[in-house]
Amino acid sequence: MDAIILQILNGLDKGSAYALIALGLTLIFGTLGVVNFAHGALFMIGAFCAVTLNKILTLSHTVIDPTKTDFLGNPAKIQVPYVYDIFGESAGASIIDWSVPLAIFFAIPVMIIIGFIMERGLIKHFYKRPHADQILVTFGLAIVLQEIIKYYYGANPIPTPAPAAFKGSFDFGAMLGFDPNIIIYPYWRLVYFCFAALIIGAVFAFLQFTTFGMVVRAGMADRETVGLLGIDIDKRFTIMFGLAAAVAGLAGVMYGPINAPNYHMGMDFLVLSFVVVVVGGMGSLPGAVAAGFLLGILESFASMREVIAFIPGINQVIIYLVAIIILLTRPRGLMGRKGVMED
Amino acid sequence: MTKTNMSRRGVLKSGAVAGAGLAVPTIFTAQSAAAYTNEPTGSTVTLGFNVPQSGPYADEGADELRAYELAVEHINGGGDGGMLSTFSSKALDGTGILGKKVEYVTGDTQTKSDAARASAKSMIEKDGAVMITGGSSSGVAVAVQALCQEAGVIFMAGLTHSNDTTGKDKRANGFRHFFNSYMSGAALAPILANNYGKDRKAYHLTADYNWGYTTEEAVRTSTEAMGWETVAAVKTPLTQTDFSSYIAPVLQSGADVLVLNHYGGNMVNSLTNAVQFGLREKQVNGHNFEIIVPLFSRLMARGAGANIKGIFGSANWHWSLQDEGSQAFVRSFGTKYGFPPSQAAHTCYVQTLLYADACQRAGTFNPCGVSAALEDFEFDGLGNGKTLYRGSDHQCFKDVLVVKGKENPTSEFDLLEIVEITPRGQVEYDASIFGGNLGACNGGA
Repeated sequence: MDAIILQILNGLDKGSAYALIALGLTLIFGTLGVVNFAHGALFMIGAFCAVTLNKILTLSHTVIDPTKTDFLGNPAKIQVPYVYDIFGESAGASIIDWSVPLAIFFAIPVMIIIGFIMERGLIKHFYKRPHADQILVTFGLAIVLQEIIKYYYGANPIPTPAPAAFKGSFDFGAMLGFDPNIIIYPYWRLVYFCFAALIIGAVFAFLQFTTFGMVVRAGMADRETVGLLGIDIDKRFTIMFGLAAAVAGLAGVMYGPINAPNYHMGMDFLVLSFVVVVVGGMGSLPGAVAAGFLLGILESFASMREVIAFIPGINQVIIYLVAIIILLTRPRGLMGRKGVMED
Repeated sequence: MTKTNMSRRGVLKSGAVAGAGLAVPTIFTAQSAAAYTNEPTGSTVTLGFNVPQSGPYADEGADELRAYELAVEHINGGGDGGMLSTFSSKALDGTGILGKKVEYVTGDTQTKSDAARASAKSMIEKDGAVMITGGSSSGVAVAVQALCQEAGVIFMAGLTHSNDTTGKDKRANGFRHFFNSYMSGAALAPILANNYGKDRKAYHLTADYNWGYTTEEAVRTSTEAMGWETVAAVKTPLTQTDFSSYIAPVLQSGADVLVLNHYGGNMVNSLTNAVQFGLREKQVNGHNFEIIVPLFSRLMARGAGANIKGIFGSANWHWSLQDEGSQAFVRSFGTKYGFPPSQAAHTCYVQTLLYADACQRAGTFNPCGVSAALEDFEFDGLGNGKTLYRGSDHQCFKDVLVVKGKENPTSEFDLLEIVEITPRGQVEYDASIFGGNLGACNGGA
């Protein structure tokens, strides 16, 4: 029982990332009809927004410390962040410590702008082109974006720690009456899950309870009719692209403390996120979220030592195996809508 | 009874003919031995530096390339000479190799075996490289080593830590200066026993590829010999990024030590995840829970940030070593590039000097001559104490460093501290234990 609870918990945070990326993918596909293979790169750029803000906050001036020497035996050059000068050492250190949560406010406008530029500058020219063309161009764009990031930030992962207040883990098992140290869970992963739930809830509320969202949903269901009513649906869909980019970016910002960001992290999530979208059902937002969490949890279960001992290699294929089974039994995915990708 | 009538003149004639006949194949053999792949004919000789310039190890590749450029500069008489002044062999005099100025071409391995072979092949066939060196992966090293064997050029391996490179996959044309998994295990085990005791239960997470297997085996064998028990060993996919589902069950297993047989991004992520789960704050079996990373790299340690503090591992070399050779190299590299070199840079720099020196001593670039000069060559002054290039498997034997993540780093480069310099005698082994066959050297052509 304890092992099951443990793997469900582990699946939640991984599923959160899948769900957030898949949600954005589905939004773009549902509104613009574009299969966006650059969506993983948006997740990666989000993570690098946190890295960038950290670099900005740690911009420093050099002070020579004659009491210390560097590796060549010269007087050591100590880097003092400007925020220390502005806010004092203690407050400055706290600001740097909280750079990841602060990066949320930095990432939202940055990601929306990147989303607009991507959509207006490139992707809109491929709306009427076959899906194969869209996949090729967005995949190419993803490679360009990750190479740009690698050029400026290098190939190594860049540590992006959570605030000190969220370091370490808590004993969830002891709270449920299990033995100590049996079910432990890091604070930041819990934060990530709650954050993902909040974003998902906000996106659904936006689409469900605002006039803008109602028009977008109507457009997703029947674009032509909405257009005939005199509504500029293209403009709204462009805004949705920016919103989807922001969702992917925020997923990336908060993921930094879980795994140090590197230029390739978007690709690591991209393929799995597409499987999530297909399993959830093309164009279905609830399906994307449900499939994200389902596949995240299943992936965790498949990584258990006992499961691997029983079926060697299952941890590497479980997601694809489940995708095959679901698509065989429910060809439109878990919550797929009739008519989407069936022409 | 038969009688032979053989005159003195007849005996002389027959002898001369027979002698000439016997000599013919010798002359042909000698002539074909003089011709070898990419024999330099002009005033320059070209070396091929095959390093990861893209992909996950691109930063390590960039540092290797810096070291190669520095080595070429020093061999050609430029700069401050670096380790040439501390190298025990004085064959190199700053005029290139055998009077030929050293030039180089570079290739991108992408840390993919097929790409690495393609770039090595291109450098040999199109650019006329007489030696190939570099790399940051054992899979790549084994693949390129086999190619160089077929092509008839020398391969001086870069960063490759698997036992197989000079074990079951060794080749006569391939040489490795870097240490291996066996040496890591042999150096680490006594330190671990001293610091953590002999009554420990270890849980291994192992990257699911060749290097991971040999490292797990080496550490398991060494630690079990010290009295540790291995409670589980789980293979993790090389493409894994989030290790939480592998780490969470560790405490349930009753283990009190986690050994991460991971390198590169795998190591950064698994260590970060293990620290996130608070493993190091736990008490199990009456012990503090500990984490071990058998192969440390400063470039990778930087990715793991503060998570490496207090964690033991092994290294081939570290810039803080105080011997003359290391200091000379750090001074040259640091002055030129502004930061200290990595262990990948060190091994690549040393390999280039060793190759150049071997050519100089052999008086030829012929791979068979160079190979003979490197085999059982004993030297000093290149940063790891007295070192032997063992002839039976082309593996260097030298002191190995046991390092630990520094608690209070003073800079972004000052991440590891040397805990012990394990003497060479403690990490030596019989060349036959890993199997394989060197075969004969191939001069090509």
